[in-house]
Amino acid sequence: MRLLLVLVKPLPLTVIKKILNKTIEGVLMLSSTITTLTVLLIVLFLFKEGVSVFKESPLDGDNVIVLNNQNDVNHLSAADIKKIFDQETTNWKLVGGANDSILLFTFNDLSNYFSEEELGPEFEYLPHKMDSLIEANPGMIAVFSKKYLDKNHKSKVATIDNISPKTFLLGKEWFPTANPAVQLGVLPLILGTLYVSIVAILIALPIGLATAIYIAEVAHPKIRAIYKPVIELLAGIPSVVYGFFGLIVIVPLIQKIFDLPVGESGLAGAIVLAIMALPTIITVTEDALRNTPRAMKEASLALGATQWQTIYKVVIPYSASGISAAAILGIGRAIGETMAVLMVTGNAAVMPHSLLEPLRTIPATIAAELGEAPANGIHYKALFGLGCILFIITMVINIWVETISKRRVNR
Amino acid sequence: MYKIESKNVNLHYGSFHALKGINMAIEKNTVTALIGPSGCGKSTFLRLFNRMNDLIDGVKIEGECLIDGKDIYSKSIKIDDLRKRVGMVFQKPNPFPKSVFENVAYGLRVNGITHKNFIEERVEVCLKQAALWDEVKDKLKKSAMALSGGQQQRLCIARALAIEPSVLLMDEPASALDPISTAKIEELIYDLKNLYTIIIVTHNMQQAGRVSDSTAFFYLGELVEFDSTKKIFTNPTDVRTQNYITGRFG
Repeated sequence: MRLLLVLVKPLPLTVIKKILNKTIEGVLMLSSTITTLTVLLIVLFLFKEGVSVFKESPLDGDNVIVLNNQNDVNHLSAADIKKIFDQETTNWKLVGGANDSILLFTFNDLSNYFSEEELGPEFEYLPHKMDSLIEANPGMIAVFSKKYLDKNHKSKVATIDNISPKTFLLGKEWFPTANPAVQLGVLPLILGTLYVSIVAILIALPIGLATAIYIAEVAHPKIRAIYKPVIELLAGIPSVVYGFFGLIVIVPLIQKIFDLPVGESGLAGAIVLAIMALPTIITVTEDALRNTPRAMKEASLALGATQWQTIYKVVIPYSASGISAAAILGIGRAIGETMAVLMVTGNAAVMPHSLLEPLRTIPATIAAELGEAPANGIHYKALFGLGCILFIITMVINIWVETISKRRVNR
Repeated sequence: MYKIESKNVNLHYGSFHALKGINMAIEKNTVTALIGPSGCGKSTFLRLFNRMNDLIDGVKIEGECLIDGKDIYSKSIKIDDLRKRVGMVFQKPNPFPKSVFENVAYGLRVNGITHKNFIEERVEVCLKQAALWDEVKDKLKKSAMALSGGQQQRLCIARALAIEPSVLLMDEPASALDPISTAKIEELIYDLKNLYTIIIVTHNMQQAGRVSDSTAFFYLGELVEFDSTKKIFTNPTDVRTQNYITGRFG
């Protein structure tokens, strides 16, 4: 009887509290673990897909490149193939072979060589015919599907380089849909991204700094109360709206001022990005300026320094690390921006020579091309590779900000 | 003529009446101590004379503040010129995060002095006046933040002296320091009296007694009593002064 009473006794309040605390602790731990895992999973997924581009042959689909058996050339790179099929390279000498002109053969040329009867129903005689044709022409290079390769072929199949990290990063041509070999050089995209972002920062930093100084140090509190929320509002405008504004206002303006055939250009992108980076730069800089201890400013003023002398001799040096953090955060914002840049830069994936020409950034490329790239194809994987590059750039920037802010704390 | 005079000065922070009709006249080359409980207006009164109160929003000042017989709140006075004539040392040492040398040279540089030898000379003289030269002469290029609290405060005094003010305002200059550093600062104040007119705010009765020639007791925004230090500490007229200096309140 006694035992039973103990069992039905309600739990004491302290025990309930303890259980509640443990539950809350558990929920908190779980959510932070899930978040961290998700982030790691995304990074892992990105890199797994991105790195797999280096395992792919640049040849489109299941095609093979077939050469005459006598040809000294065994091995071709994607760039060589493109040049040959664009008829820029017309002699085997240029790709390391004998002095002999190159004869192209693609599937479109089929009817020039064979009649329909010769090929038989469903091309059943084609493999043999192809083999003989290539053997008859020492300078021939043929591209066709692997299934038409004769089982006992006398002609030889050229080995093609996989995409190497070097050609990927330093290649100057981005033609992910080129036939028969895709060209995946991301240098123009990386440069496009950096050009636009750096110019954007060069525009935004002086304006942002001036605005922040005005708001933090000079403006009457009533003016500050109007300006600050308006600038913060700027950060909340969706980027398509900026893009739209750029397209309607800035692009025609640039076209008119510089008398260009098209106004879509790196400069238009840089200006739109500069406007977008302004709120970040202003807010972070203003915070840094306002963190200058009152005692420092008073010490300067008490020595007979004017307000301006105090600003540039005490306030700005004191908040220098905060200001640089603002600049880097602004660059980070600019580098990752997709939509607005996509709308105003003209999207030409060529090496940028001038800011007045169309160019293309990494995020814009991913956004524009992912929809048309077949899943798991080489193009698709190359876009993930671009994502990895972008991730690394922004991570470096974040670490940079981190170290600068730490320096500020340590001082 | 008195060096510093205030004539019926009233000061309001918004709706708060912080100084109530203060009349005071201070002789040249004397040390005047301002004492009183926290919030009595002594710091506010001190900051009248280099117009530091102007930095605070919503301050209203009435009456006349005179230095060398001129109203420092008149329109013809340029505020940064005034502050060159009236140096100030703050409660907490506040050196700039620059080198020891640059801290002292700051006031000269913002006044447009670029002559290198002159600046070097002036820095040395001021550091010697502030009894800091022997301790820092080998680390003039080192950051001032690396000095001890007492050294930093003497550096701030040297910095204030560099622009050759005629008045020195000190707002509890030794309150954040240990007894040894405090003693050094007090000695310094005693020495500097020959060259400057000094007003010092202090919470430390003994300090006021040691360093000052005359003492003013503030209470709730009023100047209760202003007389020679000896008189205030031995035979005060007002019973509130008596109570305060004997430690019965405050």
